[in-house]
Amino acid sequence: MASDGLFRTGPRAASGSHPVVALAGNPNTGKSTVFNALTGLAQHTGNWPGKTVRTAWGTARHRGRLYTLVDLPGTYSLLAGSAEEEVASDFLCHGRPDATVVVADATALERNLNLVLQVLEVTGKVVVLLNLIDEARRKGYDIDVGVLAEGLGVPVVPAVARDGRGLPELMDTVAALCDGSLVTHPRPVVYPPDVEESLRRLEARLAGRLPRGAPLRWLAVRALCGDARVLRLLAGPAPPPGSPAPAGPAPPPGSPLPSPGFSPVVRPRPAVSRTSPETKRSAGP
Amino acid sequence: MPSPGSVPLHLLPPGAAAKVVGMEAGGPKRRRLLDLGFVPGAVVEVVRRSPFGDPTAYAIKGSVIALRREDAAGILVRGDV
Amino acid sequence: MTRTADADRIVAALYERAGTLHRTAVTRRVPGRDLTPVIDSILSSPLTGFPLMLLTLGLVIWVTVAGANYPSEVLARAFQAGERVLAAALSAVGAPAWAGGFLLDGVYRGLAWVIAVMLPPMAIFFPCFTLLEDLGYLPRIAFSLDAVFKKVGACGRQALTMGMGLGCNAAGVVSCRIIDSPRERMTAILTNVFTVCNGRFPALITLAAVFAGGAGAGRSAAGGGAAAALVVTAVVLTGAVVTLAVSWLLSRTLLRGAPSFFVLELPPFRRPRLGQVLVRSVLDRTLFVLGRAVTVAAPAGGLVWVLANTSVGGSTLLAHLAGWLGPAGAALGLDGFILAAFVLGLPANEIVLPILLMSYLSTGAMVEVGSLEALGSILAANGWTGLTALCFMLFSLLHWPCATTLLTIRKETMSARWTAAAALLPTAVAAVVCAAVAAAGRLLGVG
Repeated sequence: MASDGLFRTGPRAASGSHPVVALAGNPNTGKSTVFNALTGLAQHTGNWPGKTVRTAWGTARHRGRLYTLVDLPGTYSLLAGSAEEEVASDFLCHGRPDATVVVADATALERNLNLVLQVLEVTGKVVVLLNLIDEARRKGYDIDVGVLAEGLGVPVVPAVARDGRGLPELMDTVAALCDGSLVTHPRPVVYPPDVEESLRRLEARLAGRLPRGAPLRWLAVRALCGDARVLRLLAGPAPPPGSPAPAGPAPPPGSPLPSPGFSPVVRPRPAVSRTSPETKRSAGP
Repeated sequence: MPSPGSVPLHLLPPGAAAKVVGMEAGGPKRRRLLDLGFVPGAVVEVVRRSPFGDPTAYAIKGSVIALRREDAAGILVRGDV
Repeated sequence: MTRTADADRIVAALYERAGTLHRTAVTRRVPGRDLTPVIDSILSSPLTGFPLMLLTLGLVIWVTVAGANYPSEVLARAFQAGERVLAAALSAVGAPAWAGGFLLDGVYRGLAWVIAVMLPPMAIFFPCFTLLEDLGYLPRIAFSLDAVFKKVGACGRQALTMGMGLGCNAAGVVSCRIIDSPRERMTAILTNVFTVCNGRFPALITLAAVFAGGAGAGRSAAGGGAAAALVVTAVVLTGAVVTLAVSWLLSRTLLRGAPSFFVLELPPFRRPRLGQVLVRSVLDRTLFVLGRAVTVAAPAGGLVWVLANTSVGGSTLLAHLAGWLGPAGAALGLDGFILAAFVLGLPANEIVLPILLMSYLSTGAMVEVGSLEALGSILAANGWTGLTALCFMLFSLLHWPCATTLLTIRKETMSARWTAAAALLPTAVAAVVCAAVAAAGRLLGVG
């Protein structure tokens, strides 16, 4: 779990073959504390391409295996459309992390669960790190972790990240998610019937426009919430009937993609590797 | 949308608690306020005003969020908690 | 069904589910004692909040000023010893005199000045700042001051970016990302330079100690330190007033627009983790900023040595530059050498005073870090008065950002034009304020 030394730098690590773990969470939940504790000195910061959103990634070692941790910007939601939220949502959608840790503040659990439920719409390979559990206890909250995990359908690990408590357990769970020995059964949120109906219709229309395995339901939710990029994708030309849904490698540049910012690439590692500290300056035009 | 007996949040005095009944703000502001937990049925408490009287800190869903007067005015509340 | 309604119902469904989970998994007991509301009522009361804020600012500056003194001296002595060793080594290998001058008097002393003068205050200031950050005090400052920033068309979070700017303006500019509205973010970026950074503190502190602390007239170190801290705090507050004034001006001219949506979370106060505070502030901030300063100071030291040792038509290039800048300098209450030092100090503000001393002494090499008394007599011999010191401090506070900050602004705004504005705007402000103060001072017969 400790740092892996200075020389396994971000771009190299990010382009390597070890699992990619995304770190999401509300602001002020101790997400950075978790990230710092897991990566030690083996971390790097940079801009997301074309955006003034700072991000960091680093390497964590746990039981002899290496993991690339991507610290997503802290957000209250994935839906409101700020630059931070687009970065976080895009990475979860198209970066296809092998596991996603959602750091939740146990003292403001309800608001944090709002984000957890949204992340679960994008990916099921989620573990919730219930941070600040000691502070919650002092505030008079007793949280039944088992009941919470049962209700969400994904593992929940209680933690006090400032003291490192709970982090080994977190990495055990992450390892199990990455190697497939732990399979989650997230329980989707049920929306009102007419919303569900709209979502089904949108999903069907999106299915023909996106590679297999894309989080269709989540993109449909975003379309219903007025996400301009998904709406542009829907407004674009549909593929000819009978043609197989595009899959596999990214379409060549110049293919009719809805917008440069929305490329349904399967594993856009460049989102990380392009932002090495050395090339940070080239983020500007 | 304004239901009978509802008032804009910024009119509540410090110490008062109320239930969110509606939202008049639009666009990204509306989405952001909803994400922070100002959803219908949520209990909001006026914690304190800043030394200059604005913004005001509100306790909502376990955290304390400061809003300016004109932003809080977009949230409709009713006093019966 | 409209989009807003669909979006609302989606968020409502998410929250309903979150509420159900919360109710089934969480039981509420009688809470333990939480001091946050008590501390908050003290910090947010108009009676105690603002004095505490000023006290904190003054205290951090005083701790930095007083605490940096001794380690600075130790470092300076170590560098002097190192210089003797290097000089011996250079003469042993038979290096020519110009090489020794360039390497030792230029590059090495430039480096030594920056490290000896900058490292100790930064190593004290950044942990103090990180401590306040960790504690949760900084959002309270933004909460208390937002109304003022709103009045001038800016965002309360600008107070946080200014706090960061006290450490380093480049870091302050980067921290402007916490401001969501592009208009208000630009205001914060353009005005961050009016927050005195660590690169400028040493010169301000030194001059304050020389001129306000009694010009070395047998005062006690602590008394002089407190007087200097007071003067420096006043300079910082002047910078805050200028920040507000310029923000107001910008929001009515270049950056017109309505105040945007403002959301600020006030997290509970938390006991800071001293170990982590130290490690992160030293690694992330101190060494980062110092590294950048060192990479510009070394070549700048070499360049200044060349300028001071290359003679054309009977005097050095540096003297030519100072002569050319003389009239402008005089109008601003300075002199040609001071203005030349500010121009040559573009790479890093901390080398402005060393360059100046070097040109006054005409030794062609940056002087060794000496005593305040010696410094006071050098300045007096070159025609400095209290008015000169005041104008120097104001010019230092208000002039163009250093090269690193300008590069950062270029990167953050992705615009050469806004970067140019970020350089020209403070320069204009500095020129106007210094010219006015100098004229007023002369009128009153102070200068």
